[in-house]
Amino acid sequence: MKILVCVKRIPDPDESLKFAGGGLDYSASKWVPNAFDEYAIETALRLAEVVGGTQRLAEVIVLGIGPESQRQQLTQFLAMGADRGIIVDADPDKLDTATVSKLIAAVFKKEACDLLVAGKLSQDNEGGQVPQRVAGLLDVPQASFAATIEWDQGAKVLTVGREVDDGVEVKRVPLPAVVSVDLRIVLPKSVKNGSTPATHAYQEGPRLASLKGITMAKRKPVAVLKPADLGVAVGGNEQVVGIAAPPARKAGQKVKTVEELFEKLTKEAKVI
Amino acid sequence: MSNVLVILETAGGQIRPHSLPGITCAAEIARATGKPLHLLVLGAQPDAAAQAIAAAGYGAAAVHTLAAPALEPFTAEAWADAIVHAARTLGASIIGGTASSTLRDALPRAAAILDAPLVSEVVKVKSGDTFVRPISAGRALQDQKVNAGTFFFTARGTEFEHAQPSGAVPVQAVAPAAVNARGAVVQGVQKTESSRPQLTEAKVIVSGGRGMREGANFKSLEQLTDLLGGALGASRAATDAGMVPADLQVGQTGKIVAPDLYFAVAISGAIQHLAGMKGSKTIVAINKDAEAPIFQVADYGLVGKWEEAVPRLIELIKARKGAA
Repeated sequence: MKILVCVKRIPDPDESLKFAGGGLDYSASKWVPNAFDEYAIETALRLAEVVGGTQRLAEVIVLGIGPESQRQQLTQFLAMGADRGIIVDADPDKLDTATVSKLIAAVFKKEACDLLVAGKLSQDNEGGQVPQRVAGLLDVPQASFAATIEWDQGAKVLTVGREVDDGVEVKRVPLPAVVSVDLRIVLPKSVKNGSTPATHAYQEGPRLASLKGITMAKRKPVAVLKPADLGVAVGGNEQVVGIAAPPARKAGQKVKTVEELFEKLTKEAKVI
Repeated sequence: MSNVLVILETAGGQIRPHSLPGITCAAEIARATGKPLHLLVLGAQPDAAAQAIAAAGYGAAAVHTLAAPALEPFTAEAWADAIVHAARTLGASIIGGTASSTLRDALPRAAAILDAPLVSEVVKVKSGDTFVRPISAGRALQDQKVNAGTFFFTARGTEFEHAQPSGAVPVQAVAPAAVNARGAVVQGVQKTESSRPQLTEAKVIVSGGRGMREGANFKSLEQLTDLLGGALGASRAATDAGMVPADLQVGQTGKIVAPDLYFAVAISGAIQHLAGMKGSKTIVAINKDAEAPIFQVADYGLVGKWEEAVPRLIELIKARKGAA
């Protein structure tokens, strides 16, 4: 079993945005991993490892697309426990969503992977497309917005609880497949791999790298590929032609009492 | 002539209301490009719903059906096959619909199969090829231009009006196609049972946050919700703590809502929560921390404990209803 996890770095979402020249100035930004990609790695590791044992059920490969200098970003995921890394060396500003998806699909094929685990969304661009596109390109089933995963190793099937508008949909997908993960995948009992005791409760959230993990990460292999090595032409037919701050909401008012609030809602805003 | 094709969702022989804003967005694109607007209904037996939709028309040239048993229950795999087939058969060059969990799942897959770009979560149509969409939790608006003969879009449901009936149009069947779920099987949807309106449809939403402390305390918010005929919501802090079910979460990673009236009770106002509700017409914040960021977006802010404010507000509303 081989699990591919694609990760992306984004400007720290807790920093305020700097608007400049019809765009955003990220030159002074701190770059951090997209939170959903950290959840994706955590998910892959929970599938791969056997808590209380030493065996590994899967190899976890972490894939980053961006300049080779991004290697450091991968190190963090390797330190969490991924087995090896792949970087596709390309300028992310020149890649549109369709091209990124093609690169990921090409790596999936080249490595003969069984599962892609990806975040459902990048917190900066918020396209929410890449995992579904990769599934379409690979012609494999997909389970988007996963909140829970159970792996039936014998049947080679994942049973995925998906966060949908009406509630949670339960979908069984045979491997190979693509899964995109939502927030609740990192709750203590969201991922069951059939070997770790089903009663095991993980600590909530993505794991922190251990000191040993950080030391080992430096020795883990990271391959660097060019888009041409994967037979993917770099380009795109999407173009950002402007970025602006949204209109600010009108300054509101503080009310002193519930009576005053009620008065405002009924007489001024007329919403009750 | 190429056209604009909207993918609709139906239930019980009717269009699902959340599909209506997608038609409005598509109609604006159709106007901007001069292309005719067409509607598509997918399902095992889509005819009854298609007839009902065609009777309303919604400004379209025609309603198309594509019938296949594999289209129910919904899977992204079978729907993407059907959408690709219908787009090719009907000569559609712009394909989209409301950004529901269904179309957010299926349309990117279909777009990849057709090697076409997709503009997601459109909030405004600037021209026939340029669209405004929010990025970074709604802190910036991006103008995205597409340079492609065929492209897809999803429309943010809160940013477009519901399409209105216009007059009856014909129903046409698209020739059947091979569609399949690639071995995937949907076992069912565990719905959160509620007699309240859906969060994305409600005119009034009462949301609680971390400061509610425990699920039992939401009882008082439920009382206020029901008094106003609204829907109950929550911040991520409250859903993560297990106070209320996860699908009540409002925010960047939950539901995007824009009701007429939004109560944020004991919610501090993290960026990711604001991203999901700051399109609301009137926002009321009740929080004991005067410095909470939620007050920066609130039209009316009350610094105080919810334990005192909410019951008092309920009393006042009841008294008014009694008097009316």
